[in-house]
Amino acid sequence: MYQYDEYDHVLVNERVAQFRDQVERRLRDELSEEEFLPLRLQNGLYLQKHAYMLRVAIPYGTLAARQMRALAHVARQYDRGYGHFTTRQNIQFNWIELERVPDILEHLAGVEMHAIQTSGNCVRNITTEAFAGVAADELLDPRPLAEILRQWSTINPEFLYLPRKFKIALCAAEEDRAAVMMHDIGLYLYRDEAGELLLRVMVGGGLGRTPILSQQIREALPWRHLLSYVEAVLRVYNRHGRRDNKYKARIKILVKALGIEAFAREVEAEWQHIKDGPAELTQEEYQRVADAFVAPPYEQLSELDLGFGTALAQDAEFARWVSRNTLAHKVPGYSAVVLSTKPGISAPPGDVTAEQMEALADLAERFGFAELRIAHEQNIVLPDVRKADLYALWQAAAEVGLATPNIGLLTDVIACPGGDFCALANAKSIPIAQAIQQRFDDLDYLHDLGNISLNISGCMNACGHHHIGNIGILGVDKNGSEWYQVTIGGAQGKASALGKVIGPAFSAAQIPDVIDGLVRTFTDYREAEEGFVDTVQRIGLEPFKEEVYRKPQVPA
Amino acid sequence: MNNLIRLLDGTPSIVCNDPWQLLGDVTEPAVQGPQIMPLNVWLARQDEAVLRAEQASADGVCLAPDDEVESLRPYLPVLPMIAIAFPSFRDGRAYSQAYLLRTRLGWTGELRAVGDVLRDQLSHMRQCGFDAFAVREDKSVEDALKGLAGMSVVYGRSAIEPRPLFRRRV
Repeated sequence: MYQYDEYDHVLVNERVAQFRDQVERRLRDELSEEEFLPLRLQNGLYLQKHAYMLRVAIPYGTLAARQMRALAHVARQYDRGYGHFTTRQNIQFNWIELERVPDILEHLAGVEMHAIQTSGNCVRNITTEAFAGVAADELLDPRPLAEILRQWSTINPEFLYLPRKFKIALCAAEEDRAAVMMHDIGLYLYRDEAGELLLRVMVGGGLGRTPILSQQIREALPWRHLLSYVEAVLRVYNRHGRRDNKYKARIKILVKALGIEAFAREVEAEWQHIKDGPAELTQEEYQRVADAFVAPPYEQLSELDLGFGTALAQDAEFARWVSRNTLAHKVPGYSAVVLSTKPGISAPPGDVTAEQMEALADLAERFGFAELRIAHEQNIVLPDVRKADLYALWQAAAEVGLATPNIGLLTDVIACPGGDFCALANAKSIPIAQAIQQRFDDLDYLHDLGNISLNISGCMNACGHHHIGNIGILGVDKNGSEWYQVTIGGAQGKASALGKVIGPAFSAAQIPDVIDGLVRTFTDYREAEEGFVDTVQRIGLEPFKEEVYRKPQVPA
Repeated sequence: MNNLIRLLDGTPSIVCNDPWQLLGDVTEPAVQGPQIMPLNVWLARQDEAVLRAEQASADGVCLAPDDEVESLRPYLPVLPMIAIAFPSFRDGRAYSQAYLLRTRLGWTGELRAVGDVLRDQLSHMRQCGFDAFAVREDKSVEDALKGLAGMSVVYGRSAIEPRPLFRRRV
């Protein structure tokens, strides 16, 4: 994976010193809270309900075992012994004291980590799929361009006070596992017949109060123009994006107001001025960064492993875990493994304890090349596990509560921290997730249902990506009490769709029954191996509504 | 203006006797000495010869965030200085305006940040092409001076360093 060079070290260390000074000035009241606010946000620091929350960047979701151990150290020394992995592949610590933040950042800088631009109205953490570099359906490795973008967007002086936050994601595989179409800029990487690396540029996606999927603004952009093209988009947005209303300030609103053609013309006109200038990437730079992502020393293995085959045949629980929690690897004899952070009632989605983090670091060293990934579904990926080791890994993961065989199933809930922590939330998320997980604890039934994504956000800001869940749950405030609006039919990936609201909101207590009703309707109507979202698309909302609102205890 | 920092050949100094005064709108009473005024006021006050770019203007212009920098193009030869307003330090439009004035329109004269100009944004302003900083009057200009240098590493490019880091690596 990418290693810092002298420039990266200097920048991150200087940033720690700069923020230490800013914190001290705030504590001495030389900086007002208003002046301090954007500074702390751009260093990942929010003020939540109970304490400060620090969001640490995990660039495109990749981290080394030693970095995971550093996160465990932060959890233990500076927080309450755990952290929360987010839908932006980052980690949040929820119980942080302002005075200690510079020390945390200094510790993280020692392992090449930072919290720069994990919040604020600037370019946020660049994301790509958790299986980058290993997925069997990958067209090419998206990480070099992700890293190049990360560097370019870090403390880029012109674009630190944009109208609103700005999120960029890349995908370079057949299947889009990076939710590219809900980003301000989405980049699909591919090669043409001559082998040249090209970009399909999408723009104007975003969830929040006005969910919109992105539209294509450019096809076949040569990779060398990546930075100049993104610069052109950002400059047009910085100049013309709305600043009068934070709910209308994302680029999606500007794109919608102008129309994609007019917006594209603006970008094209700006880009013509800069496209052949010094921002044009060089092969040398690409290679320099790509060298950091060369494949680890894989062994030459047979695709079939006798011991693995035997274990699969003899242990049905293991076989079930393998069927849900592993992904085909591009190298024969290896698998990418997803360790679920969704055990159910014992821990909220995405929460991992310091002990688990240390265990994860150990597992990454024992069963791989000391590397881990964070998926935007908030799970942990071990990218390079020999199939011959899967059984031992499964047993070791089970010992620390990380072997729940539910990836992609109804209980693999995506949830934001919600009203238990977040100052913005209208309603709690975690108890809803746990109530659903508790209701659906029959693994046979869950596996029979197949892939159903269930995403929960505690407010309109949509950190839990509820719009693109097959089932989405949104916390809403009605006269000071917490209610939940339900959508169905949302999807991520290349066939992204926004879910549709099924009707009036429900109380927290009703939600498990509502989910039950939705799922039962699905099993009544599904044809053959059809997935939940396909059934919704085929039969529409009505049968689901009828079932859910028919029950007497649910108000019609 | 008070509380002014200026860069001369890249070296900052605090200017104590700056003659420029910022004119808010036309209704303000006339003041002595050179003035910086909003674009519409500036246009209204210039002689025909200035507007034809045949005669230097005595007045500086101050761009608001909504103003198009391109509209200044005909007047660049006759403008004594340009100010760009930060109505709030959180409004980042002035960064792009400054960048465009320097790199696209080739403005080489004074480019002054006015308004909510604070220590912790000065280095970004400098990198985007500002060379004068009218620090908000309730703030210490000596303190603000510490914010001008910023970080020693800039990955991307800027008005004062058009090459991204990957073209500067040794």
